[in-house]
Amino acid sequence: MNFKQKYVFLFPGLFVLIGILIFPIIFVVRLSLSGWNSYNGLNFIGLENYIRLFTDDPRFWESFFRLSFLSVTTVILQYVIGFALAHLVWKDIKFQRFFRVLFLIPMMTTPVIMTVIWRTFFHESLGPVNDILSNFGMSPKWLTDPVLAKVTVIIVEVWQWTPFMFLLLLAGLLSLPKEPFLAAAIDGASPVRKFLYVTFPLMAPISIGAIIIRLIEASKIMDTVYVLTSGGPGTSTETSSFYIFIKGLREFQMGYAASMSFTYLIIMIISLTVIAKVLTKLMLKD
Amino acid sequence: MKIIKTCLTAVISSVLMFSPMAYADKWGDQFPHIKATGDIAGDCSYEEMSKKNYKGKTLKINTHAVPVIGQPTALHAEQFAKLTGAKVDVTHTPAGDLYAKAMVPFKAGQAPYDIVFGFSNFINDWKRYLAPVPKKYMNSTEMKDVTKSHIGVSSWDGTMYQYPVDGDRHYLKYRKDVIDNPEMQKKYKADTGKELRVPRTWKEYGEMAKYFNGWDWDGDGEKEYGSAEVMKKDDLMFAAFFSRSVAYAKNPRTPGGFFFDLDTMKPNINNPGFVEALGDWVEATKYVPPGGINFGLGDEIGSFGGGQTLFSFSWDDAFIAAMQDDSPIKNKVGAAPLPGADRVWNRTSNSWENQYNQAPYIVWGWAVGVAKKSKVKDMAFDYLCFFSNGANHQADLAIGNFGVNPFKNSDFDPNIYINTMGWDADIANSYTKTLLDMEKSKNRVFPLRVPGVFEFTSAVATGTSKALAGQLSPQEALDEVAKEWEAIVQRVGKKAVQDAYAVGVKMEDNKL
Repeated sequence: MNFKQKYVFLFPGLFVLIGILIFPIIFVVRLSLSGWNSYNGLNFIGLENYIRLFTDDPRFWESFFRLSFLSVTTVILQYVIGFALAHLVWKDIKFQRFFRVLFLIPMMTTPVIMTVIWRTFFHESLGPVNDILSNFGMSPKWLTDPVLAKVTVIIVEVWQWTPFMFLLLLAGLLSLPKEPFLAAAIDGASPVRKFLYVTFPLMAPISIGAIIIRLIEASKIMDTVYVLTSGGPGTSTETSSFYIFIKGLREFQMGYAASMSFTYLIIMIISLTVIAKVLTKLMLKD
Repeated sequence: MKIIKTCLTAVISSVLMFSPMAYADKWGDQFPHIKATGDIAGDCSYEEMSKKNYKGKTLKINTHAVPVIGQPTALHAEQFAKLTGAKVDVTHTPAGDLYAKAMVPFKAGQAPYDIVFGFSNFINDWKRYLAPVPKKYMNSTEMKDVTKSHIGVSSWDGTMYQYPVDGDRHYLKYRKDVIDNPEMQKKYKADTGKELRVPRTWKEYGEMAKYFNGWDWDGDGEKEYGSAEVMKKDDLMFAAFFSRSVAYAKNPRTPGGFFFDLDTMKPNINNPGFVEALGDWVEATKYVPPGGINFGLGDEIGSFGGGQTLFSFSWDDAFIAAMQDDSPIKNKVGAAPLPGADRVWNRTSNSWENQYNQAPYIVWGWAVGVAKKSKVKDMAFDYLCFFSNGANHQADLAIGNFGVNPFKNSDFDPNIYINTMGWDADIANSYTKTLLDMEKSKNRVFPLRVPGVFEFTSAVATGTSKALAGQLSPQEALDEVAKEWEAIVQRVGKKAVQDAYAVGVKMEDNKL
């Protein structure tokens, strides 16, 4: 076969790659250098949008730090609960299959629909949660108190995505070699020591992968916020993606929204790389 | 001969008299939605539409989510398809996304939808991409019944771009069985020393709402609350804020702009009038139902319409919902103009004028246009004309969550509501009088209709919601909005905003 002919077979894949990955990124960069909105076209305004973003838009940075808090908190909780549940059904327990399926159900539901249901649960005057709590003299403001609204978002996110963590960690647990556990048993290690010195270290590579995947997903949190609180009360649950959505698709400041998206992409690439390195160092130190 | 003539006249008269009824029965039987009136003769009646043949053609519509306006769109699409043989695809979109869903393809030179629903204040941004309403429809019997102000709201520089299907204004709704109840009046007087009456000012509104908050005042075993309002960020909340602001900030003696000073384009949004209104609104968070600061329009309709609150103000929908046959409070509610204020800000002299002021807010309503690039414009206009024909319109008016409100001269006849909807005469009279008085007022505020309007209203929603959540004081919140408005004016171009705003100011200053 002629050497050059081999490249012909690469073209279809290359075209797809350019079409769905490279072109949109290049277009976003071009868009971010324009003032495209409801009254201007794709003009060229240089770095104006970036200057505005870095010097005159504290709301973007506030939403970014809020997002960092929400995503780190939800992922930590998902990891802890997911690991606990995976550990539970990893052992031979009664109704093991039933529980394995049960724990996966939240992930299989449609996020937007489930968030609507959660919103109904947490409705402060008509929802069942406050109906029950009112018997004990409590009626928390789940969606209208700036702090509790964040807690509500965290609850919904944790409920929805813990199964994903559970699934990855259970797959990891099932693939662990049996010998280290046999050795620990022969040495008379307690269950806690077995977990701390055998299970956890062996699970570290999978844990890092699972945490990074969830962090990437959690950093895009949008549907839960959109349906549950619309970023409110005030701006107390507004995340970066929701803010970009407002600027781009509500206010139609496409050029500015593109500059925020691109900046956000760069920040996420850098921060997730750093987080992955730190986690690797911490969890795989031995 | 005389007998024959008399008989013939009698027969012809009876045919003429009863033919509309027979005609009505025919269409009313096939389409239960219009069974109360049957078909009503007109250029776009059921009878006329049944003569059209659009077999093999597809009409694509983007409308609001159900029920508000989305449900009547889908219902009339189904009826239209049945009558004309057309295929009608209806897409439902949340309110906040209607603008962008049309704008993105418009800007890209495409027309994925033949008909786009939105709000009437989009007109400035959308008009470049919409087909003007053809003369044929402008001269239709249906259009001739539309009020002058709604023709104006749907038009720009004399050209109609949006087809009138709805007419909106904000007014006060209250529980008549409480406010007009002598026992309640006595109790209120004894407890507060004040008269219980339809509130004339926002301060009175607040006092009464606070008094009637959190206890079972109608004896149904459930707690009731003071007021249901649209307070959810980005969910039309800016319109609720403007409704509360007009009393303090629309001074009939200072023409030249409510939102901006037209000459300088300096925002008025952070002047003491608006700040006072926002202060009242922050206070209102204490007398809304639990979770009330997250209420969107649907929640407000459900809350007041379901009998949960004493007051509400915004569009007609909550009032109509309360007056529906299945409502627990049918014929127990009243309509009145928006409350006023005992003082109004004079932005020229920079001082308060201590005199009573009231101003109606003719808030935008649902609007709809046909894409310039649509290939089935005739069918699209026929659909819109059919949507708002006499029979459909009257039936739609009777359903609270349809979101279709009076915009035709014939809608102000109280008998429609008494005879076809079973309203008490005094309620129907006060309802139509409230609406008519707003039409006649010389101190009205019209919606902001300038380029980039969504940026302005979004800034108001963000600022006011920060104040409601306690993140900022009313003054700080509105200072932030004013700063953002100034930046938007700079970005859009002062001249473009000023020129567009001048049209609205002319309407407000009664010069159009």
